[in-house]
Amino acid sequence: MNRHVLLVEDEPNIVEAIRFLLTREGWTVDCHTDGTDAVETVQALRPDLLILDLMLPGKSGLDILRELRGISDFEHLPVLMLTARGQSRDRDMAERAGVSRFMTKPFSNIEVLTAVRDLVALAGRA
Amino acid sequence: MVRESLTGSRIRERRQIAGLRQAELARQVGISASYINLIEHNRRRIAGKLLLDIARVLKVDPTLLTEGAEAALVASLREAAADSGVAAVEAERADEFAGRFPGWAEVMARQRQRIQSLEQAVEMLSDRFNRDPHLAESLHELLSTATAIRSTAAILAETGDLTAEWRDRFHRNLDQDSRRLADSSKSLVSYLDATTLTEEGRAIPQEEAEAFVTAHHAHFPELETGEVDPETLTDRASELSTPAARQIVLVILRRYLADARTMPLTEMRETLSRSGLDPLALARRFGVTLTTALRRLAVMPQDDVGVEVGLVVCDASGSILFRKPTEGFALPRFGESCPLWPLYGALSRPMTPIRQRVAQPGRDNAIFDCVAISEPVGPVSFNQEPVYRSTMLIVPVAEADTDGAEAIPVGVSCRICPRATCSARREPSILGEGF
Repeated sequence: MNRHVLLVEDEPNIVEAIRFLLTREGWTVDCHTDGTDAVETVQALRPDLLILDLMLPGKSGLDILRELRGISDFEHLPVLMLTARGQSRDRDMAERAGVSRFMTKPFSNIEVLTAVRDLVALAGRA
Repeated sequence: MVRESLTGSRIRERRQIAGLRQAELARQVGISASYINLIEHNRRRIAGKLLLDIARVLKVDPTLLTEGAEAALVASLREAAADSGVAAVEAERADEFAGRFPGWAEVMARQRQRIQSLEQAVEMLSDRFNRDPHLAESLHELLSTATAIRSTAAILAETGDLTAEWRDRFHRNLDQDSRRLADSSKSLVSYLDATTLTEEGRAIPQEEAEAFVTAHHAHFPELETGEVDPETLTDRASELSTPAARQIVLVILRRYLADARTMPLTEMRETLSRSGLDPLALARRFGVTLTTALRRLAVMPQDDVGVEVGLVVCDASGSILFRKPTEGFALPRFGESCPLWPLYGALSRPMTPIRQRVAQPGRDNAIFDCVAISEPVGPVSFNQEPVYRSTMLIVPVAEADTDGAEAIPVGVSCRICPRATCSARREPSILGEGF
C-alpha cells in the first residue's frame, strides 16, 4: 500500500534522513521547509500523515496544527510533531492543539519509524 | 513593648553564654531572682541603671542588649518563614528569634538571601531559555543538527544495502552537520559563559554593583580628591566578576564624580553645617536638580550629614535601580516593595518634590522623613514622552524630633505587611494585624 506523508521541516539533513527512511518503508514523501504556506500545501497534497516541526520559519508548527484542526478534512489527520523544545508546556500546548504524537529532538530513526507505524495503525482502526 | 521583649530575651541569652544562674545575676545587680525571671521572660520593662548594671555583670555593651537586629533581618526571617510554610503565629515571633539567637538569625537570613538569589538565577535562566530568541535559536540549531547527525549516522551504520550514491550523500551531510555542530556549540558556550553566575551565586549584576557600593559606605574619597578616576577605581575592583556589574559600577562612579564636581565636599560640608539637612536648599545653593542633591547627600559621610541616610532610585516601571539602605528602613532585596512609598508617589507627580514622613511597621516603629522627586533622564525631545526616574532620600527621624507630625504608615512588601485594610495590597500577608 503506497501511503503519502508530508514532512514540514526546515533542517535539510533531517529531511533527507527521514525521507530516506520512509521511502524505504514504502511511503511517498513530500517535503516542505516553510511554515508560511504549510496549511495550503497540506490542502493541496492531502497527505495520509503529516510530520511537522514545531519551530518553522514563517509560522509555527502549533499555529499550522491549530489551523488544520479547524478544517473538517484534516480534523483527524495524524500529525507527528517534532520539536527541539521538550518542555511540558510545549507538549501540553501541542496536545491542546490536537497533535497525535509529540517527539523531542534528538530522536532516533527507530523512534520515528515506530511513531509513524503506530499512527498508521491508529488511523486504520479509526 | 517589642524592644523590651527583645531586651529580656537577649539578657537571658547573654546570661546563659556567661554561664550565670538567674539567682547569681540577680544577686550581683541587687534584685530578686524572680524579678530577673520576669525581665528575661519579657514581662517587665528594663532600662536605666538596672540595664547598665546587668550589662556590666554580663560584660557586654548595654546597646547589645537593647538594640534590635535590623528591621531587614527580621523582615528576611519573616520571608523565610513564609517560604517554608511556617504558621503565621510562629512567623510573628521572628523578632523574638532574632533577639534570642542573633547569630543563627543572621545565618538564616543569609541563607534565605542566597536561596532567593539562586532562585532568581534559575528563574532568569529559565526565562532566558523560554524567551531569549538567541538562546532558543541556538538550542534549536544544536538539537536539530544533533538529530540530523544521529539519524544519518544510524542510516550509514545500519543500512547494509546502501547505494554508493546515497552513502556519499550521507557522508557529505555528516561532515557538514558535524562542522555546524562544532560551530554552534562553541557559539552557545561563549554566549552562556558571558552570563555565568558569580561564585557567590549573585545572578544579577546590579546586586554585585550594590554590594560594591555598600562595602564603601557609598563614599569614595579618592574620587572626591581626584586621586583616581572612575575607570581606574572600577578596574581595581576585583570583586566585580561580570562585565555588566563593572559597567553598572562605572556608571555609578562617573555620576558620583560629576555630582562631586558640582557639589564639592568642602562646600557641601559648609552648607550642611550652616543650613542643616535641607535638600531643596542644597539644590538651590549649588544650582543643581533636586535629584542630584538627594544623590549627593546619600553619599556624604555620616558625620557630615548627622545621620545615616538611605537612597532608593526606581524607573518608571517601578523597578528599583539603586538602593543604599539605612538602618530600620527595610528594603526588599528584589522588587515588590511597598507602593505607598513616596518614591512611587513621585512618579505620578513628575517634577514635584514630595516630602513625606513615613513609618514602617516593625519592632521599632521607626519614623523616616522621605524626600522624593521624579525627574526626566536624558535629553528631552519635541513630541517625545520623557523617561522618568524617581529618587527618594530616606532620613531617619530621632524619637525626640518626631514633633507630633503624622507619619504615613508604609510597608516593606505585602507578604510581610500586617495592614490588612491597605488599599494597595497586592497579595495576602503572612502576618496578623499588629505583630
